[in-house]
Amino acid sequence: MNFDFSDDQKTIQDQARLVLSRECPPDRARQALEHARAYDETLWKQVAELGWPAIAIDEEFGGLGMGYLELCVIAQELGRAVAPLPFTASVYLATEAVKLCASDTQKAEWLPQLASGDAIACVALPETRSINHGAINTVTASDAILNGTAQAVLHGHAADFAIVAARDDAGRMAFYKADLNNSAIQRQVQPTIDPSQAMATLQFTDAPSEPLGNGEGFSHCYQQLLDRAAVLLSFEQIGGCEAVIDMAKTYTEGRYAFGRQVASFQAIKHKLADMFVAKELAKSNAYYGAWAMTDGERELPLAAATARVSAINAYYLCSKENIQAHGGMGFTWEFDCHLYYRRAQLLSSVIGSAPVWKNRLTEQLLTA
Amino acid sequence: MDFKDTPEQAAFRAEVRQWLTANARPKQSGAGRPSQAERYDDAKRWYKKVADAGFACLDWPKEYGGAGLSQIHKVIWSQEVANYAEPDGYFVIGIGNCGPAIMHFASEQQKQHLLPRMASAEDVWCQMFSEPSAGSDVAGLRTSAVKQGDKWVVNGQKIWTSGAQHSDYGVILCRTDTEVSKYRGMTMFYIDMRQPGVDVKPIKQMDGDAHFNEVFFNDAEIPDSQRLGEIGGGWGAALLVLMNERLAISGVQPDGFPELLQLVKTLQIDGEPVSDNPSVREHLADWYCQHAGIKASTNRMLTAVAKGGMPGAEAALGKLVGAVMNQDIANYALQLLGESGPVMNPDFAPQQAHFQKTALFSPGIRLAGGTDEVMRNIIAEQVLGMPQEPRADKGMAFKDIPSGNQSA
Ligand SMILES: Cc1cc2nc3c(=O)[nH]c(=O)nc-3n(C[C@H](O)[C@H](O)[C@H](O)COP(=O)(O)OP(=O)(O)OC[C@H]3O[C@@H](n4cnc5c(N)ncnc54)[C@H](O)[C@@H]3O)c2cc1C
Repeated sequence: MNFDFSDDQKTIQDQARLVLSRECPPDRARQALEHARAYDETLWKQVAELGWPAIAIDEEFGGLGMGYLELCVIAQELGRAVAPLPFTASVYLATEAVKLCASDTQKAEWLPQLASGDAIACVALPETRSINHGAINTVTASDAILNGTAQAVLHGHAADFAIVAARDDAGRMAFYKADLNNSAIQRQVQPTIDPSQAMATLQFTDAPSEPLGNGEGFSHCYQQLLDRAAVLLSFEQIGGCEAVIDMAKTYTEGRYAFGRQVASFQAIKHKLADMFVAKELAKSNAYYGAWAMTDGERELPLAAATARVSAINAYYLCSKENIQAHGGMGFTWEFDCHLYYRRAQLLSSVIGSAPVWKNRLTEQLLTA
Repeated sequence: MDFKDTPEQAAFRAEVRQWLTANARPKQSGAGRPSQAERYDDAKRWYKKVADAGFACLDWPKEYGGAGLSQIHKVIWSQEVANYAEPDGYFVIGIGNCGPAIMHFASEQQKQHLLPRMASAEDVWCQMFSEPSAGSDVAGLRTSAVKQGDKWVVNGQKIWTSGAQHSDYGVILCRTDTEVSKYRGMTMFYIDMRQPGVDVKPIKQMDGDAHFNEVFFNDAEIPDSQRLGEIGGGWGAALLVLMNERLAISGVQPDGFPELLQLVKTLQIDGEPVSDNPSVREHLADWYCQHAGIKASTNRMLTAVAKGGMPGAEAALGKLVGAVMNQDIANYALQLLGESGPVMNPDFAPQQAHFQKTALFSPGIRLAGGTDEVMRNIIAEQVLGMPQEPRADKGMAFKDIPSGNQSA
């Protein structure tokens, strides 16, 4: 047993952290909040040049041919930096959907663009459960002609093409690829709780598309896609947790009250200990998910659900208690606390929120 | 990152499995946990059997009764033996805490004499740190050892000593100098528990059992050759023991999850499987995340140890989370069982026994080996590096430190 990242993987992580601390201080996310840009294009170009979107794509399709472990450590650093990038949409979701469902010809056409970062893609997922105020995704496909609306599509505004889950005339779900630079598709930015990860509404009116692969086997494909995204996102969430634990510690050590460092009060120390414990459990579960994604397909559904639920819980706890530890400063726009709190909220709802994933987890436990 | 056994580890696992199939008793469903006292003779037999087969203290050198293998082999052993109803962790305090102290500080001759007998539980060991006025603040201990020629004379009292009534030897921390500050005036020894001047009185616990004890010392003599470490170096030695304690516990401490899952799989309420109940499912998911997280964190720690690191203060995490969870799960399970939850009649209610015992025993686990609060202090100060508590006794000679209520 060896339950750690390799030295090479750690080197990749250290370099990523260095680059991001230079190129992407948390202020970049605040700028995205203030200027309502779809994403940070300069930064995207930089990380594309570094090859990050290409990490888990095979060399024959223009990728670097590394594994998910390398992508996990990058995810952790992007989370630490609250990077305003379309990474989740384009890399964890769209690229993986293509890898899972597309034909070899399609992969040969699309993956190189995704790997180089020249193309950004988004995914319109089917909703994990329908909420009473209306469906998130009503798109239908008739001979691959798409009609209907997909809401809350992460980075839908920045994307060049979309992978859309749609139901055909026979009621079967499949993924379709649609070029977004087409007048048959109307796009509108949807304001979200974390504008540094913008969402969009995509409205399809007789929009042409192409089914991924032969359009079969959607369910398996979709479940695997969710599991992979859950593990990768959990690393982003862990990175965020680590950032806010550091912030809370640094701030309370520098702040004095009643003649002592605020960090020396036990209520604050125990708060940080609880944040650390939640983060550490989530991190260990994420590690297990990373291993399962690489090497343990049978374990992946339970491991992914465990990683996701723990990461959601940990990031919420850490990001809200970080605000608390900062006092009034924590409630200001100027301080970075809210950037992480917003990101925690957003990441906990994309690809299905905690109740959905707890159910998946329990299902795995009870049927094992 | 790799969870698969190496070929060598796989072969070892197969060997362990084969031996356990032939020698260990299977778990009986619904059977409650017998009390600590009931399990003592049983545990002695089991340890001897394991030692005779060469599976005791796998990571200890062969000449000291171990198998000369690694922590990873120990993990494999724990994983496999967990499928059986054997008292495999019974002597964890002696072996997990006192063992490393002897290994580190005793003479070669002492090690060869003491350790193999400890590994096979032919000798049972206890750890005597806590005192009536020194628990969380264990460095406040007052039991004195005064040097007379080449021996030490011990007077005072220890308390909460697990298993002292069965023990042949104990590792004891004593005050040897009251003129210096409290952390600098302690020395560690091992002592023969059967000798004159040592009196053991079991204390009845809240669960009705009596596994821990008061131990009184009246002019008990310890030869200087049984000193462990330098005179005045007791605190450093104690930290080594406590660090190993957390590592030892992290592998064997129950958190209650497997029993809860079993209950949820079988229990019906109003004719409906309780596993369909959304609130039960939510609890199950949250606790599983902690259960899996502790296990995976322990594996991360063991990986670090296998690479030559020391078990860090991170080990406090598993103890903290597991102990609280074990108690809360027991309470939750008894709630699920409704009006029959509190009835302690195994014929009427076979599923209760485990949770009832746990409900009554688990409060002790949150205290033993450092309380929840002390674990949080350790994480905050030693892992996160936050400022220490302001201490009222800083820089004072031990004899000048005020003491409060000393009776427990
Ligand atoms: C079942 C069991 C087995 C045990 N076995 C052994 C054994 O074999 N050998 C041995 O030496 N000891 C043993 N102990 C003793 C155990 O280590 C102590 O009980 C424990 O360290 C707490 O000390 P105390 O009981 O004096 O409580 P106290 O230290 O008096 O604590 C009382 C309360 O104050 C809190 N508190 C104390 N200091 C702080 C602080 N700095 N910050 C915040 N809160 C604080 C505690 O968390 C607790 O809630 C055992 C205890 C139990 C319950």
